[in-house]
Amino acid sequence: MSKADGTIKIGLEVHTQLTSLKSKLFCSCSSDYRGKEPNSVVCPVCLGLPGSLPVLNKKAVEYAVMAALAFNCKISKRMFFFRKNYYYPDLPKNFQITQYDKAGGVPLATNGYLYIGEQGKRKKIKISRIHLEEDPGRLVHLGPIDQSPYTLVDYNRSGIALLETVTEPDMNSPREARVFLQKLRSVLEHLGIFDGSLEGAMRCDANISLAGGTRVEVKNISSFKEVERALSFEIMRQKGLLERGVAVKRETRHWDATRRITVSLRTKEEEQDYRYFPEPDLVPIELSEEYINKVRSMMPELPDDRMKRFMSSYGLPRYDAGVLVSSKALADFFEECVKLYNKPKDISNWMMSDLLRYLYENNLELQESKITPEKLVEMIRLIDEDVISGKIAKRILPKIILTGKPPRKIVEEEGMMKITDRQVLSELIDRVFSENPKAVKDALVDEKAVHYLIGQLMKKTEGKADPSLAAKMVNEKLHSIKKKT
Amino acid sequence: MPKPYEISAEEAAVKIRTQELTAEEYVASVFNRITQIEKRINAFITLTKQTALQTARQIDEKIRKGEKLGCLAGIPIAVKDNICTRGVRTTCSSRMLKDFVPPYDATVIEKLINQDAVIIGKTNMDEFAMGTTTETSYFGATHNPWNLKKVPGGSSGGSAAAVTAEETPLALGSDTGGSVRCPASYCSTVGLKPTYGLVSRYGLISYANSLEQIGPLARNVYDCALLLSVISGHDARDSTSVNMPPSDYTAFLKNDVKGLKIGVPQEFLGEGVEDAVRKAVWDAVNLLETLGAEYEEVTVPTMRHALPAYYIVAMSEASSNLARYDGLRYGFRVKKDDGDWSTIYAEDRRAGFGTEVRRRIILGTYALSAGYYDEYYLKALRVRTLIRRDFEKALKKCDVLVGPTMPILPFNLGEKIDDPLALYMCDVLTVPANLTGYPAASIPCGFKNGLPIGLQIIGKPFDEGTILRVAYTFERNTDFHKRRPIL
Ligand SMILES: [Zn+2]
Repeated sequence: MSKADGTIKIGLEVHTQLTSLKSKLFCSCSSDYRGKEPNSVVCPVCLGLPGSLPVLNKKAVEYAVMAALAFNCKISKRMFFFRKNYYYPDLPKNFQITQYDKAGGVPLATNGYLYIGEQGKRKKIKISRIHLEEDPGRLVHLGPIDQSPYTLVDYNRSGIALLETVTEPDMNSPREARVFLQKLRSVLEHLGIFDGSLEGAMRCDANISLAGGTRVEVKNISSFKEVERALSFEIMRQKGLLERGVAVKRETRHWDATRRITVSLRTKEEEQDYRYFPEPDLVPIELSEEYINKVRSMMPELPDDRMKRFMSSYGLPRYDAGVLVSSKALADFFEECVKLYNKPKDISNWMMSDLLRYLYENNLELQESKITPEKLVEMIRLIDEDVISGKIAKRILPKIILTGKPPRKIVEEEGMMKITDRQVLSELIDRVFSENPKAVKDALVDEKAVHYLIGQLMKKTEGKADPSLAAKMVNEKLHSIKKKT
Repeated sequence: MPKPYEISAEEAAVKIRTQELTAEEYVASVFNRITQIEKRINAFITLTKQTALQTARQIDEKIRKGEKLGCLAGIPIAVKDNICTRGVRTTCSSRMLKDFVPPYDATVIEKLINQDAVIIGKTNMDEFAMGTTTETSYFGATHNPWNLKKVPGGSSGGSAAAVTAEETPLALGSDTGGSVRCPASYCSTVGLKPTYGLVSRYGLISYANSLEQIGPLARNVYDCALLLSVISGHDARDSTSVNMPPSDYTAFLKNDVKGLKIGVPQEFLGEGVEDAVRKAVWDAVNLLETLGAEYEEVTVPTMRHALPAYYIVAMSEASSNLARYDGLRYGFRVKKDDGDWSTIYAEDRRAGFGTEVRRRIILGTYALSAGYYDEYYLKALRVRTLIRRDFEKALKKCDVLVGPTMPILPFNLGEKIDDPLALYMCDVLTVPANLTGYPAASIPCGFKNGLPIGLQIIGKPFDEGTILRVAYTFERNTDFHKRRPIL
């Protein structure tokens, strides 16, 4: 299912909270709402109390303009807000202040693109528009939604600034959708306006069509970990229908992350009429050339540039550099390591192979693990100082990731230092030779059997024997036997 | 000697400052008056007697200690019940909000408190300010103090009735389509709708955001100017409020209109305007001319589209503004029982809103619906632009435009309440100021059969000063404002 398939067309509508903002989009409430007592980070404005009025957070506009520039968008000279009217208990005013591209509305920016790197190729994903809007509150249930005896509403999230990014249906596989989301996240994180590791900070809706067929929307995808699953399921479902000769209905479906299926939410006929109209409580915002240039001058280095720098300054291959900048945390981690120990290629290799594989297999974020640049560098130094072998390093890395214990301590506690003492090794080799007489005999004529003997020695030392010294000593011993016979 | 409640804010402010009258005496006198007549008028929904008297005593204490005083020290003021007052229920005359107690003060309330005004209560109004007669109130209609069988106008009918009946020297109203000027006219008080953006709307419960302003009501032009000076000014909490330096509007009050050009738009005196009204307005124009103003007939041809454009914009915005009243976080709830949220919302809204409010929500929802948006809402916005251009043109030639505030005299309670179109027609002369955002006042200019007639004065944006100067000159040279209803 991960193969790109020209007949599959996927477009995304991504909502990212501008998590670096100090306050909400239209009031001065703190945007740091996570883990707070329900309904404690609220005020008359974000509760939608009668008589309250929204005031636009200027910093949010600045951040959104940054994102627009990073997405290579055309920025509107003048932008304004619209009301999207619908009833739902998480929406205190029963309308959402957002932007709109029809009915005379102008979104913040349009016609952009991002490149994604996938299987060695660069692919352009077009972004049709981006805009600012307010996040609704959160509904809280006791257990699964359909079994909960009640619904509680927490408005702490109400009014948090969201950046909505809408792409063209340019992705051809669930994997590409995931890679795009990763790229989007990395760009926003490099801009310093977003922290994707926060729960619920990135959510997305996807639309999928197969072989030019009917477009189906999938809502409620909560992270890019989920996007691949949800889309794969949906493609499988639609393919199954088509194979049985059943037409795919145009509808909106809901991704149920627990059951890992999509369920029908509403069909085309039931589409809501949001009665968009200009928000009369907010005045249009002029985005002058001068202002945009000012924002542009404040932009930090973006992933694509950083990748080029990783290639030229550190001599990394394109693929490796690409993987490292796919997440700001990863790229920062790498550069932090290089600062501590100027061996970029070794560091990159360890990150690319063992570190990332472990994180991926265990579904962990780098930030969720306990490893730090200091610890990874310490581990690499232990190898370079001949204290441990690479094999041992591979064994202790998961321990560092999980416990955060200093590598040297793990090595000491578990007696994992490389055995370089000739006396010790000599005694061990004697034992191996006496336990494997046939192999010793073979080894005198067959190189393969030599490796077997070395392998036995490594096994006995749990990989701690210095590999080159061990090989040397085994061969020496074989030579002496040869001489004797 | 007049009783304290009869005197104006201007005079009382001086007497209180010089300790000729204590704030407590003044406020107590006003509450005595209310006790005597309020049953017949029903101007108030909530009275805050205890806190008002306490505030008055604190102000007297300040005076005795020689502390710095605000310009409204000890002056009672009544506040329309759609302006949020912290800790005092703010109902919008609706069953929906009958128990709603705001946790915050509107910006205008903060300004009043900063100037040591004494808030005496919340006044009756049409439900959610939707009406021209104050009859759609959940708390019963307000009666016109000039004739208790007549409507006081609306929607700020309680505020205007309280002022004219001497239950308060000052009141705040709000004007979305004439809601300050209409009751000012019908109750023979001075009322002003400021330029859109002059007064903060923060804390004013929205009916139609792009049209409305909070405005002062008083028994004379000076008091009105004084109150406007207090409530106007930029507010960072209202994005539509205009950043302008504060102004003392009493400084504009000169008994002199020499050289001012007064325009009389012919559309204001056309069909549908009662003869008595037309005559009173021409008399007023003639008087102003005698006093040195020049007058000129002008025309604002697009005005015939003003009423439909107004109602489409107002109802559309209202349908969205009032969506938040679902009974979930606050407000009226039919029953606390469980059930799915959409059914509960529907029940609460059906029972919590009155007929006129529901009518406007439904019409507004329709006007914004897919397929109708261009035909109604967008077209109304275009009409709005055309009307603004017409008024801009007329006001290029003239300093102010004058005409009637209301085309007809106050009518009987119940007479038009079942005929919404007839009621909407009453707003025909007031809505242009809301569509254009221009300032406009209504001042007493005559009586017919004991019923008041109001003169409307429309000015250039942010030129409230000239409106008040014309109003003041007219007032100095007439006696209409001195007449009081017999109660
Ligand atoms: Zn807030």
